[in-house]
Amino acid sequence: MAKITFPVEATHIMMFARAIGDENPVYHDAEKAKKTEAGGIIAPPTFPQAVAQFDPEYHLRPKAGQKWFGSGKTPSGIEGKPSSSGGLHAEQHFEYHRPLRAGDVLTVETKPGKTWERESKRAGKLMFSERITEYRDQKGELVVTARGVGVRTERPVDAG
Amino acid sequence: MALKASGLKVGDTHSERVAENISRTQLVQYAGASGDYNPLHTDEVYTVQAAGYKSVFAHGMLTMGLTGKMLTNYVGDGRLTKFGVRFTNQVWPGDTLDSKATVTAIRDEGGHKVADLAISTTNQDGKEVVSGTATARLD
Repeated sequence: MAKITFPVEATHIMMFARAIGDENPVYHDAEKAKKTEAGGIIAPPTFPQAVAQFDPEYHLRPKAGQKWFGSGKTPSGIEGKPSSSGGLHAEQHFEYHRPLRAGDVLTVETKPGKTWERESKRAGKLMFSERITEYRDQKGELVVTARGVGVRTERPVDAG
Repeated sequence: MALKASGLKVGDTHSERVAENISRTQLVQYAGASGDYNPLHTDEVYTVQAAGYKSVFAHGMLTMGLTGKMLTNYVGDGRLTKFGVRFTNQVWPGDTLDSKATVTAIRDEGGHKVADLAISTTNQDGKEVVSGTATARLD
């Protein structure tokens, strides 16, 4: 996968913190953040995932001129799709060397990891795959390593 | 404020209500901020009629983010060295979530005192939606 440039911006951090209902001033108030141990605006611990915004190929964002699998005139804009939705998120792990700071410009690279399968009562056969993502800062230093595990299910997961 | 090793012991806990009556609008808000526009989280028509679920449901990463809010409120800003979770059940609109961290170890790592934490987020029925672990630097 190509390397992605991820500019960490204060407005984006503010919007992300709002979405998780976190009113901590260290995520939106530069003056207050300056007086904290962090020394300025930092990003919440799950913010690295918002690199999706900067991935030109990201498959879960509608793109101009391309069919989208969400609803429009019909329940799905792509005909003949199987009823199972495909990928769900099974696990997510982060290792932090330091917090992300507003003003960082990160270089992000994702590599595939292990794959495995398991049978489940709630969704049939489960097919797991791992993705390892490294976030490096403007000095080339590793800031965050993320390991995500995705799962494809044979059928929709029972709410049970 | 960060935690002090001297004031902490194995078995200590911290818990918070991290979401009350989660709205579909919050799922839209998270989609916009994170960039994950999977219609399973925002498009009721697609999710019910094409994908076969009872309704849209929260992004796993929203539940992890809500859980992380409890963690950073407990251990302080910028103090986490590790944070990992498994998504054990889906979170639906209307759910109310409580997150809890339990200190499982206090140890030295690279010249710093750190605490290992077990993490659990449960819904209003007591069902676990996220289980995980974290490590934080202490003073």
